[in-house]
Amino acid sequence: MTSNIMSLSDAIRRFVKDGQSLALEGFTHLIPTAAGHEIIRQKRRELTLIRMTPDIVYDQMIGMGCAKHLVFSWGGNPGVGSLHRFRDAIQNGWPNAVTIAEHSHADMAGRYQAGASGLPFSVLRGYVGSDLPKHNPDIKSITCPFTGEVLAATPAINPDVTVIHAQKADRKGNVLVHGITGIQKEAVLAAKVAIATVEEIVDNLEAPMNACVLPHWTLAAVCEVPMGAHPSYAHGYYERDNAFCREWEVISRERERFVEWMKANVMSTPNHAQFLTYAGIR
Amino acid sequence: MSFSLSHPGYTPAEIMTIEASRRLKNGTVCFVGIGLPSAAANLARLMHAPDVVLIYESGTIGAKPDVLPLSIGDGELAEYADTVVSVPEIFRYWVQGGRIDVGFLGAAQVDRFGNLNSTIIGTDYAKPKVRLPGAGGAPEIASNAKETWIIIKQNLRTFVEKVDFLTSVGHLTGGDSREKSGARGAGPTAVISDLGVLVPDPVSKELTLAALHPGVTIEQAKAATGWDLKIASKVEAIAPPTQLELVTLRDLHERTARAHGVATTTD
Repeated sequence: MTSNIMSLSDAIRRFVKDGQSLALEGFTHLIPTAAGHEIIRQKRRELTLIRMTPDIVYDQMIGMGCAKHLVFSWGGNPGVGSLHRFRDAIQNGWPNAVTIAEHSHADMAGRYQAGASGLPFSVLRGYVGSDLPKHNPDIKSITCPFTGEVLAATPAINPDVTVIHAQKADRKGNVLVHGITGIQKEAVLAAKVAIATVEEIVDNLEAPMNACVLPHWTLAAVCEVPMGAHPSYAHGYYERDNAFCREWEVISRERERFVEWMKANVMSTPNHAQFLTYAGIR
Repeated sequence: MSFSLSHPGYTPAEIMTIEASRRLKNGTVCFVGIGLPSAAANLARLMHAPDVVLIYESGTIGAKPDVLPLSIGDGELAEYADTVVSVPEIFRYWVQGGRIDVGFLGAAQVDRFGNLNSTIIGTDYAKPKVRLPGAGGAPEIASNAKETWIIIKQNLRTFVEKVDFLTSVGHLTGGDSREKSGARGAGPTAVISDLGVLVPDPVSKELTLAALHPGVTIEQAKAATGWDLKIASKVEAIAPPTQLELVTLRDLHERTARAHGVATTTD
């Protein structure tokens, strides 16, 4: 058996191509920041970025010119405020124009579930009365054949590549996720190719019976990247770096300061471990 | 922290949070938004409603945080929850399944029928004046909870005749329009502001001023509302905060500030 365990730079080089649709999922917890940085370092372009809650790492990817389209349901820096690079791209087309497709959380979750289930669409009631369907052609309606109720219908999401971050993997590449598990399982199973970065690789996962385990054969690559979710957190390993999240508000506000910071800390470091040292995080 | 001269000893944000918390009954299943709803719901849990069930959209059911979460997915929420479920499960089984008694929401704008905007300020979607974070979980909560409460500061920017963008449904265009739309539940039953409390008229569903915080006048409330505000035949006087309510709320905010290195008070 060929192992799926490899370095993050190899995984991104092999599996992430220009023009693809890409989901880096995590729900405040376990956001795959290191993978986003590697995509920025390798200068991927024209990506359709999908995520329920785009935050700092998507702000960085958008600001560095990786994105052409964004599919999302809530975009902000949680607990701090707006995403300035995200806003600058939408409002002013800097560094390039980025189009958006906007949904609600339940809809995004349903779209991934449909994708993971091999079904073409998802149904929900939540857009009743809302203006969102007027601005998103992917939100259509369907009549229930049993009750006659008119419901919203949205297409399945099947990303070309999904990347998640998790606590640990074993040496076969089975991955354990716990705590707030968000939409990661569905995003992995919906993807054509899935990559997981993990805090550590261990001999035995010691997973409780009902834990969320992604079997190694659902993942094309598993990469050991300690603190790969920073400034997000990994339950059981480290807490959210709220100070960095607040600092991001200052770094990202002006284009020049942002570019300078990205060049100095992300582009000029070869990997995440060096980035953490360089940026004064570890 | 700014203290209003007309009510020495506490702030408008404090009385708003305290009044919202008083309304939350023990045992209620409450879906909680971050910020003011979360502060009010946790104050209720610490005061009179120890068995209130707090649900956050990150999938934490029965959350019992010691400090207020800074974000919807803080580890604190998961650590002491009854259970933690995935995001699809929280929305499919718990929200769309009709298991939420009170959906407790904030927003950037509310209109005279309790519809909410958290998407854009300005009327051109493609070129907004301000791009807000977006819908998140609010549309499902607003259209599936048995009732919703809204907590929002009251001024001419927030209390508008018509929302710039209707993100989450309230009473739509009034009367029976919500029911006809297919939304479930009673919709907004209370809007708690820093001036008082508004409730929908039983027939027209237009928000009507029903209660005022101590020292606030009907004229002040009218002046802070972007439509011709209707006044209930009897406007209740909200009791000032008790010493215990104030101390408990301030302790909660102080603990939170120490834990996160940032203040969570909203004024």
